[in-house]
Amino acid sequence: MTVARRLVGFNLLTACLLGIGGWYVGWFAAHAVVGPSIDYFADVDFNELSLVMGYLCGVLGFLVGLGFLNYPFARLRGYPPSLREKETGGIGRYFGLCTDHKVVGMQYLVGIGFFFFIGGLNAMLIRTELLRPSAQVFPAGTYLTIVGLHGTMMMGMMTSGILGPFANYLIPILIGARRMAFPRIEALTFWLLMAAGVILETTIFFGGFPTGWTGYQPLGTQANPGIENYYLFFALVGISMTLLGMNMLATVVTMRAPGLTWTRLPIFVWGVISTSVLMVLAAPVLIATLSMAILDRVAQTNFFVPAQGGSQYLYENLFWFFGHPEVYILALPGFAIVLEILPVFARKPLWGYRLAVGGLLGVTLLSFFVWQHHLFVSGINADLRPFYMLSTELISIPTGLTFICGMMTLWRGNIRYSVPMLFCLAWFFNFFIGGLTGVFLSDTPSDTTTHGSFFSMAHFHYTIMGGLVFTFFAAIYYWVPKMTGYQINERLAKIHFWTMFVFFNSTFFPLFIAGFMGQPRRVVTYANGVHFINVWVSVSAFLLGGSMLLFLYNFVKSLVFDRVPAPADPWGSKSIEWQLPSPVPVQNFDRIPVFSGDPYGYGETGPTPVPAGAPAGMT
Amino acid sequence: MLSSDGRKVVTAWIVLSVIATPLVAVFAPRFYAPGNGSVQATEQVFDNTVMTAILTPVICLLVVFFAYVLVVHRAPRGQELRDGPALRSDATVQAVWVTLSSVTVLFLAGFGTYELLQNGSGGGQGPSPIANPSGTKIPVQVIAQQWQFTYRYPTYGGVETPQLVLPADTYVELHVTSLDAIHSFWAYELGVKADANPGVDNIAYVKTKGPLTFHVRCAELCGLWHGYMFNNGRVVPQAQFAAWVKSQQHAFAPVAKYLPKYATTYYPDPQRRAG
Repeated sequence: MTVARRLVGFNLLTACLLGIGGWYVGWFAAHAVVGPSIDYFADVDFNELSLVMGYLCGVLGFLVGLGFLNYPFARLRGYPPSLREKETGGIGRYFGLCTDHKVVGMQYLVGIGFFFFIGGLNAMLIRTELLRPSAQVFPAGTYLTIVGLHGTMMMGMMTSGILGPFANYLIPILIGARRMAFPRIEALTFWLLMAAGVILETTIFFGGFPTGWTGYQPLGTQANPGIENYYLFFALVGISMTLLGMNMLATVVTMRAPGLTWTRLPIFVWGVISTSVLMVLAAPVLIATLSMAILDRVAQTNFFVPAQGGSQYLYENLFWFFGHPEVYILALPGFAIVLEILPVFARKPLWGYRLAVGGLLGVTLLSFFVWQHHLFVSGINADLRPFYMLSTELISIPTGLTFICGMMTLWRGNIRYSVPMLFCLAWFFNFFIGGLTGVFLSDTPSDTTTHGSFFSMAHFHYTIMGGLVFTFFAAIYYWVPKMTGYQINERLAKIHFWTMFVFFNSTFFPLFIAGFMGQPRRVVTYANGVHFINVWVSVSAFLLGGSMLLFLYNFVKSLVFDRVPAPADPWGSKSIEWQLPSPVPVQNFDRIPVFSGDPYGYGETGPTPVPAGAPAGMT
Repeated sequence: MLSSDGRKVVTAWIVLSVIATPLVAVFAPRFYAPGNGSVQATEQVFDNTVMTAILTPVICLLVVFFAYVLVVHRAPRGQELRDGPALRSDATVQAVWVTLSSVTVLFLAGFGTYELLQNGSGGGQGPSPIANPSGTKIPVQVIAQQWQFTYRYPTYGGVETPQLVLPADTYVELHVTSLDAIHSFWAYELGVKADANPGVDNIAYVKTKGPLTFHVRCAELCGLWHGYMFNNGRVVPQAQFAAWVKSQQHAFAPVAKYLPKYATTYYPDPQRRAG
């Protein structure tokens, strides 16, 4: 009886039912308005508008079912501002709208992890196809859809890969607050992302999409209806990113505890600030661009159709104006996590704090001035190629500041090789290779050959997978014991690290050679000369996938079955989150702490860097 | 000035760099893409070699630094947590690092610009190229469509052929355009890549060398059969080229009247939109 009663109300079940119901409402409503098809050539029984309206109403129904409209309606009806939702319940609050930032962080970790896993499976399918030089396993259209699903899922979902789980969980704690500035918006960003993930995957019911993650026009205009799923996915991700970024900025600017001046902020918070600035300024451009692309299809607006007066260059410009800050949205949290974790395991203060902050902000600023390096051979604005070459190469300077700060933090330290530290050191290796090869891509003469080849593909896998995903795992091994209160098995974690590091490099390094030998990206066939390299890469990729399965096994085993309690401060860190009990209590702090220094006071005497005040459970 | 640790690292770095850089400069060109199929390809190999030679000391620095630090400065096994020295910053190290990285970066950008402005390095430069090599050039149009390339020779009556054949030791002005989606014309051995955009005349220059068979691939995702959009092209001696053009004009004379007049861009009619 009680179980049955709990199923009625605003929860995930209702949300899914209303989502599906809303989808059909939108579908049939659009059908009623414009008839079966507005496209003369369409040989299918629906029009594009019904597809778009179906998904939009579906998302709306999903959010209503979760209860996102309850509070606005209550306020409209004159109720006073209320407490936040579901902050004291048990396990149930992880499955619905919850405004506790720690719950949202855990939701993000599992939700993004799920879609990361699906994107990884797509990569396995790609590598299966590329075991042979000619098309073997998938039809050409299916192959392109898989490539697009892999790229879009990774680039879209993983933009929130670190800010989602770790910034939501840690930012209020690190700045001595009890919540985020906008807790309901915080929850909204997560559930929007989950709805978006489902939308992207259901593209397979509408013919998939052939454009890869960039969605170039006019290919997108002539594609299957499945392209709408790509547009809607990325637009929703854009909305989620914008809201996430604004929420982070508002929180850090307005809610820092007494004594926490800008120069005492942990470097991770600075990483979150710079990433959020990129999100807030770049993602709206993406939303606008994709809205125009949707209009091109459903309302024949022809923004991007050259024969009708539109411009494919407009799309390329707009997309990369978002797209290049996007890759720094992926990379910057990685920089920050490395600089945050190194001092703990080198037992030294973060070296050159101001330089590191300057590096992060410098990358943030410069990343808005480089987007046309993706278009060096496109014939667009050729006079400006020297400028974009210069601005792109200038980014090595602030990135180099991150390197020198990290390296000098290690210098003369007492380095412990715990698992999070191993992942951070691997970041130096991977990102260095990614950065060096980036020099070749940013150099216009050299880019003539490397552009659009496996060389550039290997380059951005080194910077994004080697930069973001490695630090994502560093953050998991470092902070999950705090977030869950349970240890992760260290032996399995070390096996995971070494297999991942070795097979990551053995997968992606040969791709530089394949690219130099002339293999273009996103092709289902390739020359016989690169067959051996591709077989080698595929086998390595499968082993890399196996390493991920090992992680999954370890994660579930340690946190669900073994459940060995973690100590409050297993790493000997001086940062404030480790002064709280594991897991962190709902209200974070009994009293708001007062900060007297930054969290990097290793080897220093004098005023204690541990924040004064009374963390919850310690009084 | 430097600690003994620092002296060891700097010495090892200098020694390694002095050995490694000339080796790289000598041996790298043998492996570098895209070979010596054209003047532009050779320039790209030279460009890549110079960049690698400049980056070699940077690689050596990181290798030496990390090898030293990770071995010498590791905490002994089983040792209690012990803090290292509280070094927070060092103005000299900062200044040296920022200066060196800035000089390297500015040199690379300057060098790349110089190389680019010679003749565009085989890249597509849009309708009004700034890097326009002097001398006579024969124009050849590359028309991309889903999913093949065809070629027109405006100086030979606009004849359209399914294969690209170029005369040896000649400057060629490639006009790349598309009839539908965005493609990218990539003649690998010639070191040429230029996006094919509908309604855009994207110009790239290449100076051929001796006779050669080269690969042409589409390098921009252009839809279903993108993976099958490849072909071979040939660079042949000039006399042979003249004979080849004549044979093509003869072979395609019956269909020549159906071709549109030669233009830098084409908009086929009707524009079909898929549903």
